[in-house]
Formats: sequence, C-alpha cells, structure tokens
Amino acid sequence: MKRYSVFAIAREALRYHMGWERAWASPEPKASYDAIIVGAGGHGLATAYYLGKNHGITNVAVIEKGWLGGGNTGRNTTIIRSNYLQDPSAAIYEKARSLYETLSQDLNYNVMFSPRGLLMLAQTHHEVRGYLRTVHANTLQGVQTEWISPQRVKEIVPIMNIDGPRYPVLGALYQARGGTARHDAVAWGYARACSAMGMDIIQNCEVKGVRSENGRVTGVDTTKGFIGTKKLGMVVAGHSGQLAEMAGFRLPIEAVALQALVSEPIKPCMDVVVMANTVHGYMSQSDKGEMVIGGGTDGFNNYTQRGSFHHIEETLRALVETFPMISRLKMLRQWGGIVDMTGDRSPLISKTPLGNCFINCGWGTGGFKAIPGSGWAMAELMAKGEPGPLAAEFNMWRFKEGQFIDESVAAGVAH
Amino acid sequence: MLILECPYCGVKAEETELAPGYEAHLKRFGPGSSPEEFEDYMFARKNPKGVHFERWRHAYGCGKWFLAARCTATLEVFGTYPAQTSEPPADIIAKIQARRPDWQPDWKGTK
Repeated sequence: MKRYSVFAIAREALRYHMGWERAWASPEPKASYDAIIVGAGGHGLATAYYLGKNHGITNVAVIEKGWLGGGNTGRNTTIIRSNYLQDPSAAIYEKARSLYETLSQDLNYNVMFSPRGLLMLAQTHHEVRGYLRTVHANTLQGVQTEWISPQRVKEIVPIMNIDGPRYPVLGALYQARGGTARHDAVAWGYARACSAMGMDIIQNCEVKGVRSENGRVTGVDTTKGFIGTKKLGMVVAGHSGQLAEMAGFRLPIEAVALQALVSEPIKPCMDVVVMANTVHGYMSQSDKGEMVIGGGTDGFNNYTQRGSFHHIEETLRALVETFPMISRLKMLRQWGGIVDMTGDRSPLISKTPLGNCFINCGWGTGGFKAIPGSGWAMAELMAKGEPGPLAAEFNMWRFKEGQFIDESVAAGVAH
Repeated sequence: MLILECPYCGVKAEETELAPGYEAHLKRFGPGSSPEEFEDYMFARKNPKGVHFERWRHAYGCGKWFLAARCTATLEVFGTYPAQTSEPPADIIAKIQARRPDWQPDWKGTK
C-alpha cells in the first residue's frame, strides 16, 4: 500500500494522477481462513482491522453480500458521541470516540472526524433531570460532558428558537468533543488498511448457510461456494437474525426501519450537532451545506429499507418549531436502513451457542459512532475466545439473567 | 403507506391511525415458569424476513386490538383478523399460501 501524503499528491500532480493504486484488492475467496467476518460494513471491517493490528491475525476474509459500506454504514447521520448513562455503554462509546480522534492518522485515510460539539436538548423537565443525572454519571465515567443553560444553547446555535410554545429549550447536555465523521471514509479507510495487511475483502458474496459440526462452525456456504474457517464473526446489523437462524440459534432482536434525509445545501448556519430526543429529531450540517436530519424508527418489523412517510413528517414538524428558518428548505434525498433493536436497546458483542462463532449486532439506531470501539472489542473477543472488559457485559445471555444495559430507560438515545 | 382494514369497524385505516404492537400469538409465561421460558416470552422474537403475524391497535378509530398477517420483506398485507384467537384463521392461511407457496406455518410456540 502506498501511503497517502502531501508528497504523494505532489508526485501524482506531476504525472497526471496516473499512479494512484486501488485502495483495496478484490480477490476471489481462498478455500479457508483463520477467521471469517460476515459483513463488510464499518463494524465488520473494524473488527478485521483490530484482529490484525492488535492480535496479529491476518489470514482473514471479510464477506459482504452487497458492496462495502453499503448498509447502515452508508445510511446513517454520522453522529459521534459517548454521553451515555450506563457504565458499559459509556465505556465502549467513549473508547470508540477516542479512537476516532486519531483514526485518520492510524489508517492513513482521512475520515474527516469533526469534533464540532454535540447538544442534546432538554425540552421537558423530565429530560432536565435525566440529563443532569447523565452529566454526573459521565463525570464518574471520565466522559467529558456538561450541562448548559438555554442562553448558552442560543449562543452556540443562534438559529435555534429556544422559546417554542410546545417544546421550549430548558437546557442541554453538551459534549464538546462529540461530532461527526465521513461515514463512507470510515469503511473505506478500514478496508484499505485491512487489504494492506493481506486480508481478503470479498464483495457481492452472500452467505447462504453456516455449516457446523459438534457445536463448532466449520465454514460458510456462499454464492461463491463453500469457505472454511476456524472462527466466524457475524457483524451484519439488520440481517443478524437471518444469519443467526442459519447457524441455528435465535437472537433477542427485531428489525425495523430508520430513516434519514438531507436538505438542499445552504450556507454554513450551524456548526454543532443538535439532538432533540423528546420530539425524535436530530440535525447537523454537512460539509456540503446540506442539513442532515434523522428521526425515530418505524413501529413495525421491516426488512425493506423503506420507511413510513409520516415519521419524516413528524420529525420535520418538530424540527421546524425548534429551527424556524428550515421551514422553507427543500429536502433533497430521503432513505431508510434496517436497524436491529434489542430489548434493552444495547448491542450484543457476544459468544454464541456455537463455540467458535461470535456475534456483534443490535446497535439499533446508534451504530456508526461505535465502529472503532465495537471493532476493538469484537476483535479481542474473536482472538481470545473470551470477551475483554469492553465487551463482557454485552453478552447475549443478559436477557435471561436480567442484567440489562438499559439505555431505553436511560433515554440517552433517540428511538 | 401501510393500510390495514380493521376487522371490527371495517375502516381501511392507514398507518397514522394505528398503533403497532409487534409479534402476535405469543404464549405468556409468568410466575413459576423457567428463566428460559420467561426470556423467550419477553425477548425472543421470530423477526422473520417474510410472513409475520402481528398485533395492531386501531388507536385513532374504534380503539380495538386486532391481528394482521404481513410480509416484512415486501410490506404486502395478507389480511387482518380479530384478536380473540390463538392462531390465524384458515382463510388467512389460505391467502398466505396462495401468495407464498413455500411458506410453512410457524406461529405456534415461541421457539
């Protein structure tokens, strides 16, 4: 792999940019690998990357049904934050956020991490109490957040109406080092680094079955034939349940659609991320000037990547009250993704009933922010066969034992 | 847009009139059941990519709970039926089988 640098740009500028090589190879699958990861989204590629970087396992294939980063990695609103209430969540999301800080340097690929600051608005008194509690919890967890007044919110986001009739802004939970990153670049950067380590990224290769003997996975049947493996990692978000069914176990997961949309590009008007959880709307401005808007999930099982129109209407209605100036913006694009929701709205990074099969799923509406931390924890789990401190509490047996990581009650997330 | 006909009042209700209630025909487990049974009842869902039986409430209409058979892969609705039943009626099954010849009835139990 040739390194990207200012010298590379200068060198290529002198030869009409004819020397750039492909960022990653597209090999045919080998007969078997030390580890196969199903799913070449952010989480799958990050898992492969840290398997190689932290644990020296590089005889790895990442298998992808569609194209690399074409699932939820390419469909989210790119928000990065770690202001969670529960300790295990704060630990893994803060690990991810801190890895994002230096990810461009680590990968030699510009992921455009922009720690522009993130506001979570409190628009009811219940939320005020909830976020004050979160600030205190974050202090103990070593996550830097603060509670700020409505006046400070107005200073940071002048386009916001803080005196709305239905949902006035009563303050906000502020994470100054939260922000956004370029979502595609995160997948591409990890893919390039994995390819450079000699791993095979195999796109357009759908897993059709999981073969196992005596409680251990021996390989996967794919549209490109059987591929053997010593370890299997399932990292596929929306279709986790389908894949688990092939392996013969069931997950506490339901698949629903989550939508996002972007407006026409306008001049810079908001340099932070704003989330309003009571009304299910969040918004940031992309580098191109589009307002990037996300909302709540649909309320029914769905695998179609199409959502219900009235959810977009509800999100925009709420945001127009808080940001009156967006009322005449035209929306350019709208899309949906299938998110895998667990009962406690926290992910699974877990061993499974099959000894050498591991699963990483259930990130629900908030997976993008977690990619580096999730990959780090999943790689440790796959390499050692036992979870490290980041992953331990995200096991799939917590539902039987009642050891929930209850973010649906903590209301740190919008859903 | 999802449109379901309420089997009680006959209104063809679109989604904003309805409240979703997720998987139908769950068997309840309460005090005295094993942790596995209770976990299954609380959290394990079929979550199929295909035919799904689910609960809906005609929230902004007659207010009643009813059940629907729907495909999660195409959003096709096969039919709706009253909630006072432990399994889908024969005419709903026939409709599904007409549209999905390979489909195997799977609503029984929680496993």
